[in-house]
Amino acid sequence: MLEIKNLVKKYKEVVAVDDISFSIRKGTCFGLLGPNGAGKTTTIEVIEDIIPPTSGEILYKGKQRLSSFKQEVGIQFQQTALLSSLTLRETLITFKNLYNDPADIEEIIDICNLREIQKRLNDKISGGQKQRLMLALAMINKPELLFLDEPSTGLDPQARRNLWSIVQKIKEKGNTIILTTHYMEEAQHLCDEIAIMDNGKIIARGTPHQLIKEHCEGVTVILPKNSIKIPLSQFPFRFREINGRLEIRTNDINSCLNRLLSEHIDLTEMIVRSPNLENVFLNLTGKQLRD
Amino acid sequence: MSFKRLWAMFYARNLEFFRDRSALGWNFLFPFLIVAGFGMIFGGKDYAEYKVGFFPSQYESVSVSNIDLPSGFRETNYIKFIGFESFEDGIEKLKHHKIDFLVKAGSPENEYWVSDSSPKGYIIEKLFKGSLLPDGKVVAGKREIKGKEIRYIDWLFPGILAMNMMFSALWGVGYVVVRYRKIGVLKRLNATPLTAFEYLSAQILSRIFILMFTLAIVWIGCSFIFSFKVEGSYFDLFVIFFTGGICLSAFGLVIAARGTSEEFTSGVVNFISWPMMFLSEVWFSLEGSSRWVKLIAKLFPLTHMLSAVRKVMNDGAKLADVTPELAVLVLMTAMSIAVGAALFSWNK
Repeated sequence: MLEIKNLVKKYKEVVAVDDISFSIRKGTCFGLLGPNGAGKTTTIEVIEDIIPPTSGEILYKGKQRLSSFKQEVGIQFQQTALLSSLTLRETLITFKNLYNDPADIEEIIDICNLREIQKRLNDKISGGQKQRLMLALAMINKPELLFLDEPSTGLDPQARRNLWSIVQKIKEKGNTIILTTHYMEEAQHLCDEIAIMDNGKIIARGTPHQLIKEHCEGVTVILPKNSIKIPLSQFPFRFREINGRLEIRTNDINSCLNRLLSEHIDLTEMIVRSPNLENVFLNLTGKQLRD
Repeated sequence: MSFKRLWAMFYARNLEFFRDRSALGWNFLFPFLIVAGFGMIFGGKDYAEYKVGFFPSQYESVSVSNIDLPSGFRETNYIKFIGFESFEDGIEKLKHHKIDFLVKAGSPENEYWVSDSSPKGYIIEKLFKGSLLPDGKVVAGKREIKGKEIRYIDWLFPGILAMNMMFSALWGVGYVVVRYRKIGVLKRLNATPLTAFEYLSAQILSRIFILMFTLAIVWIGCSFIFSFKVEGSYFDLFVIFFTGGICLSAFGLVIAARGTSEEFTSGVVNFISWPMMFLSEVWFSLEGSSRWVKLIAKLFPLTHMLSAVRKVMNDGAKLADVTPELAVLVLMTAMSIAVGAALFSWNK
């Protein structure tokens, strides 16, 4: 569907995107995951044809992007504003009329849960409602390729879950999606394939499962310090003490649990945590995604 | 070029304008208040151009017939006489240009004080001295102006309307588009198939619709109060206002072509609109001004628009008579659209 070859974007001395290449298969949700300032938005806006690249090649359906490209893609920007004093419905109709083959507006309103607020003015809606409207506008032309740039940034957990379920519905329809995010839960929840970006470069790429398997080994066992009755000097594993809890990293959870039981350690309040993309990023860069 | 897209943007922009009650109200109210205000100030019989102080007087306001000054002077039109208790009170006001001339009432020597740097003071001094000459000494023959008289309000009215169009066009196109670029509206539109030409055309057409609508409402409202005299054809006036409105909106496009700073744009709009307002003969004629001032005035679309409108409204000219003005407006429009479209940027 989309192929990016040796893409570079420079702003004077700053290299925002540093020679990256990747391809996206039709019908998949591809995630660009990375901290703020990693170059995700610049990458996606170059692909969207909003800003020009410094060098590199972008192929859409195997060809250079033609004038019809904007008829076929839907875009949700990270930050944007809309024409003021228009209702949500009027905004959707306005954008609908900018395309040759628009979607059924009633269907879009239903998918994005906008029915009850469709007569409200654009500037009288909440952040979550605005993001749903932006998503609806991105889908107004039945796009084959949908760009979502940090779609849930600034939303509360409930609004974020709500948005994710809408994106899931869009995925189920077979749309190809490119999504940027710095929320590892979002990437893990929605993306079939992920490229992790840092300092303008792609540092790892694969499915969430592959990335975790490749870059993180074992699980983390967490125990309250007061559940351990033996002196810590005799504790059978290497551990880190954080906020009154002991964290043990192990590649063999069965042996680990057996040994803890044999030491009569109370496991009632034990937490076993599987590695996630946050750990992948931490292992790759030595820093947190939210740094 | 898609008319469907152009219409979508035209319709959306008009909805925005007509729903913004405060902006809508101000667009109608501003020209109406200006016309009404200036009509009352300059059209009334009590209008005074010069202020003459006299002393001693117990009261600030005294009936002209009771002031002990030469009758030829005190009966001059357009002079307001203001009484002061003492010389000190009067001279203080004269020093600060609150009055143009100070005279001692009842003085056998006709003592007076005037500031050498005051043009109005100079005129009053001449009048005062002239009024002291014996009757019949100066021979001058007054002749009546033949033909229809043009009232000041009939001369001023088209100027106020044109000035309102200018402000509305420059701010409504220039400032609004820059604001939209700053907050990201243009970026969002750039992600659609909408072209810059379609967007800019929609902005101009929407603005001209708003300008003509406002013009019609204000004209009707003012004509109820002042009953303007239109010597020429209303259709011709419509054509001139329409052409001028497009030209001014296109000027706004040039301002809107680049940039995201509202403060800077505000400065640019003021930098253009203020000289245009003063040099396009909205308020006063440039007759007798320096050649370079007149040349600068010719660069402004408002000058040509106003010249054509006044010829039609005040002198009964036909469209053919104002062809040069219309041609300049069309040429300026074409140039502004070309420059604005060439420089236009969707992004910050």
